[in-house]
Amino acid sequence: MTGEKTKKIRDPLFHIIKRGSIVWWKSALIRVSAVLIALIVVAIITLLITGQNPFEMYKAMVDGAIGNELRIWNLLQDTALLLVVGLALTLSFKMRFWNIGGQGQIIMGAVAATACMKFLPGKVPDFALYLIMIASALIAGGLWALIPGIFKAFLNTNETLFTLMMNYIALNFAAFLTFRWSKNSGNNVIGIINRKSHAGWFPEIGGSGFVGRNFLLNILIVFVIMLIVFVYLKYSKHGYEISVVGESEKTARYIGINVKKVIIRTVVISGAICGLAGLILVSGVHHTLTTDIEGGRGFTAIIVSWMAHFNPLYMALTSFLIVFLEKGAIQVASSPALNLDDNFANIVTGIIILFIIGCEFFINYKIVFRKRKGGVS
Amino acid sequence: MFEAFLSKFVYVLTSSINNGMPVLFGATGEILTEKSGHLNLGIPGVMAVGGISGVIAAFFYGQVPEMNPFLTIIIPMLACLIGSLVMGLIYCFLTVTLRANQNVTGLALTTFGIGIGNFFGASIIKITHVDIPSVRIDATSKLFKSTLPFASKLGWFGEIFLSYRFLVYLGLIIAFIASFILFKTRIGLHLRAVGENPATADAAGINVNKYKYFATCIGSMIAGLGGFFYCIDKNGWSNDTIEPLGWIAIALVIFAIWKPHMAVVGAILFGLLLNLYDLIPALGLNIKFPQGYDKLFKMIPYIVTIIVLIITSARKKREYQPPSHLGLSYFREDR
Repeated sequence: MTGEKTKKIRDPLFHIIKRGSIVWWKSALIRVSAVLIALIVVAIITLLITGQNPFEMYKAMVDGAIGNELRIWNLLQDTALLLVVGLALTLSFKMRFWNIGGQGQIIMGAVAATACMKFLPGKVPDFALYLIMIASALIAGGLWALIPGIFKAFLNTNETLFTLMMNYIALNFAAFLTFRWSKNSGNNVIGIINRKSHAGWFPEIGGSGFVGRNFLLNILIVFVIMLIVFVYLKYSKHGYEISVVGESEKTARYIGINVKKVIIRTVVISGAICGLAGLILVSGVHHTLTTDIEGGRGFTAIIVSWMAHFNPLYMALTSFLIVFLEKGAIQVASSPALNLDDNFANIVTGIIILFIIGCEFFINYKIVFRKRKGGVS
Repeated sequence: MFEAFLSKFVYVLTSSINNGMPVLFGATGEILTEKSGHLNLGIPGVMAVGGISGVIAAFFYGQVPEMNPFLTIIIPMLACLIGSLVMGLIYCFLTVTLRANQNVTGLALTTFGIGIGNFFGASIIKITHVDIPSVRIDATSKLFKSTLPFASKLGWFGEIFLSYRFLVYLGLIIAFIASFILFKTRIGLHLRAVGENPATADAAGINVNKYKYFATCIGSMIAGLGGFFYCIDKNGWSNDTIEPLGWIAIALVIFAIWKPHMAVVGAILFGLLLNLYDLIPALGLNIKFPQGYDKLFKMIPYIVTIIVLIITSARKKREYQPPSHLGLSYFREDR
């Protein structure tokens, strides 16, 4: 009988099979427990490094993220800023075009917006200034993505590395401009542009008593972009073409899709939205150009987009999660009790992201342990 | 005339070799990893962790009153290797065992590693309450930087071939050994098979995951040494300077068309390009650029990489292509 055979040749302790599908609550449970385990690991590490009570730390984290009205607005704005980049990159990712160049595209958009803000006021009417700023940021970001896009479409040049290199070209270009445009030549600080006239600044919404007056417009813009991207990907012909090209270029060609056109068009839109993010950063948030204005969003947004399975609406959640953790961790690090470096936040988010990446395995695969008696699982 | 030219040439060459060395370590490590089919975009993070681990160890051993030269060398290097090995293991566990997306894992690892480097670089003193103003490892790096005493007496020959610190030779030796193993031994053949077509390799009885783990972890340790080399060069940690080097290392892999011995040539070129602005006077060019133009010069390595990328993709020669299973995870039951 088989019973004797299984004694001699034992099955491995467990084996792995791919899941066809998973109930939504199971996948949610897996993700939540991954975050919880990650938080425990973070607590242990914090305890080892600082000797602080981890519960106090998490209390401080929540307080740092949503402790008062201003912090809540800041949190929402940063969520929006991360989300808009994630949305932009998602367009390319859906097409299996690994656009890692968000950083460069954002910076070029910011550079274009800054140039308009600095040189155009007084020469053109106010509404024209806004139009020119929007157009130039879109074009600058789009152009920065167009270059790798063209080579991908025609020569199949590796876009991951191409866009990565474009980041550093943009970064050094921005460093060059901040040097040339700085007030006291040589200190690399441009300073707030149009501090008195507010020309080229996004208008405030609501009265001076409203805490969110400087934040609300930025958030609303991103919200609208999110809806547009969602509809574009899900219900438009372009969106359909993107997903077909992403699944299989050969199929796309077979059903008569102009693959080159789709690649270039999508990548340019992706870059243009990144450029728009640069515009929001300059006109809506910082009102100046610095070399670190992009704040690592180009990379973080990749993870945000991937964690949301490229779904624009889930992406709002994943951006919120990451920004919440970052804000909280920065607050913890800078609290007078610890007085640690801001980079502590990167470690915390890094650990949590690695756990979330790891937990995807348990959503996609199932581990089946060996049964006592040789039955079929 | 010839003498003057020769001395300039020697200076530019030797400084390029020194500047390109961190990138060479990174690229050699990344080539091994990529040959197993894994695109590790976490190399900047691995290099940062390797660097900071070495710096921390050197810093602590530097507090000892009587420093033993042998231990001064060995302890930081071991720390560096362990630190980067841990990073390699995290990457392997996620991408090989858990089959996570390699791009996302790599980028997360970079964020994490750079965070660790910058954090400990800035706050190791605060955490340990040592009464010292800044993390400097002058004594250790002086030892690491020591060269053969008789090199300078041998004229240009000594300058070009014998004037380097031992880590430079280590980097070159590792690159050539890596090339030898990859292309002349059975292990290398198996590793390349795993990267090209893991299903076939698996069918031929090669333990795919074992090869992937070993290649990636050894690759990470080599890359980590690159980060440490850079920290030794700067006598300590400096924030946000390793990350661009890590990306250049990944770019150099393409430049070298996945051959470590080609990476040696590329690393010297990149060493020249990275410091081109500072080398202009040494090159004998009497050009004065307005202030701020050094930033434009910093673009050059990246532009060169892009050009190489385009050329290699335009020439569709088979041996110039990346391993064909690069970036894809392998699941035996997927066939």
